[in-house]
Amino acid sequence: MERDDLIEYSLHVHHSEEQGKVIRKKIYFVTILLTLVTAVEVGLGTYIKQSSVAWPFVKWSFVALTILKAGYIVMVFMHLGDEKKTLRNVILIPYILFILYLIFIALWEALEIGQAWSTYGGA
Amino acid sequence: MAGHATQLDAKTLWGGKESPFQTSYGKLMMWFFLVSDALTFGGLLVSYGFTRHDFQGAWPIGEETFNSMPILGHGYPLLYVALMTFILIVSSVTMVLAVEAGHRMDKKGVVKWMIATIIGGFFFVGSQAWEWSHFIHGSEFGKIELSDGSQAIVKGHFGEIKNFTVVEEGKHHKKGDVMKEDLMHEFQHAAEKGLLKDGMIRLHDGSLAKINKEADSHLQLVVKKSGKTNKVGDAPIHGKAAEKMYYESLYSGESNHVIYGANLKQNEYGPQQYGQFFFFITGFHGFHVFSGVIINILILIGAVSGKYHKRGHYEMVEKTGLYWHFVDLVWVFVFTFFYLI
Repeated sequence: MERDDLIEYSLHVHHSEEQGKVIRKKIYFVTILLTLVTAVEVGLGTYIKQSSVAWPFVKWSFVALTILKAGYIVMVFMHLGDEKKTLRNVILIPYILFILYLIFIALWEALEIGQAWSTYGGA
Repeated sequence: MAGHATQLDAKTLWGGKESPFQTSYGKLMMWFFLVSDALTFGGLLVSYGFTRHDFQGAWPIGEETFNSMPILGHGYPLLYVALMTFILIVSSVTMVLAVEAGHRMDKKGVVKWMIATIIGGFFFVGSQAWEWSHFIHGSEFGKIELSDGSQAIVKGHFGEIKNFTVVEEGKHHKKGDVMKEDLMHEFQHAAEKGLLKDGMIRLHDGSLAKINKEADSHLQLVVKKSGKTNKVGDAPIHGKAAEKMYYESLYSGESNHVIYGANLKQNEYGPQQYGQFFFFITGFHGFHVFSGVIINILILIGAVSGKYHKRGHYEMVEKTGLYWHFVDLVWVFVFTFFYLI
């Protein structure tokens, strides 16, 4: 039986030529931004060695720039920024909470194991 | 833009008919799949971080391992991966332009940008194949085991091998023969088997030849596994001392004192797990890119045939686009944690 009470959400996303121009402008802006950020990362990685005193700062800026890039990809390219807030939260909040916990617990444990090896011997 | 919905109060939204997320079933399921896939990649990268933290100083540094460009050769740290990253970003942009064209029901635009996306995808997969080949074959120096049991990677400029002059005849080569072909391959093969000694090489047919080779320059040994005297974290060994130690090891006449390139058991860059993580993480990502290209081709066929146009919307392009952007998203993290840091 054909149902006529279903809503075609696929049609909600349609937009006009003028709106399209605005959206494309935003896409090109993000393209340039992502390219620049990548270029800056490679420049930093090439000229500042890991033995340098500035390295911890560079390392954390890599992490920050990566999250910035990821944010633009998810929010603009994947349109998550234009979806309903509930959908955005359902996707992002559980994932971020879980992954932060995993990073914390795994890296902390790894440092402890590394310490144990260097203290109690082994290979 | 996407998801413009009439404002309804919560009671109406959750009471049936209207979807609380104001989005279609297919798109929602694609998002749920991507979350689960993101957990897989998150798990892989965290386990990489775990192993790396465990090893501390012995872990290889991206810019030391990946410093080659096609045609140009060595000495271009990170440039090639940067190029790969750029290719993937651009193909992500062409994808989002295809999605945008679809929202205007512009069939020509969708087809054009989908083709561009597929070309970008193939370029990326091809670049990854080159990268893998380079990683597997390794550098000219390889990694050596020193006399105290420590292991060191070698940096510098490898002096070109001019020829091998046969001094003791074997089955094929006569005394006085000068060999000029496939020298590097023969040399590395003999080095791995311990068939080099005092500037001489024992060839396949049993003949012995003298190696005529230009001197190396800027030689530097970096210890990656501690031994009795040389420890991880020591300052690199330079100059004459480095040269002496390197050739002592190469000409030791014993097998397995030098490793070139990488396989699943050992690699010249660092601990065994480094090679395994490289193959698994970049391989799993490459597999995603490859399947993404295949899916994009199927969607392109659908768009060209006018199937989506008849349907009244190009949501299939949008859903594939989500997957394709996700592949780009994963690469952003792989790039940072595998190559930069």
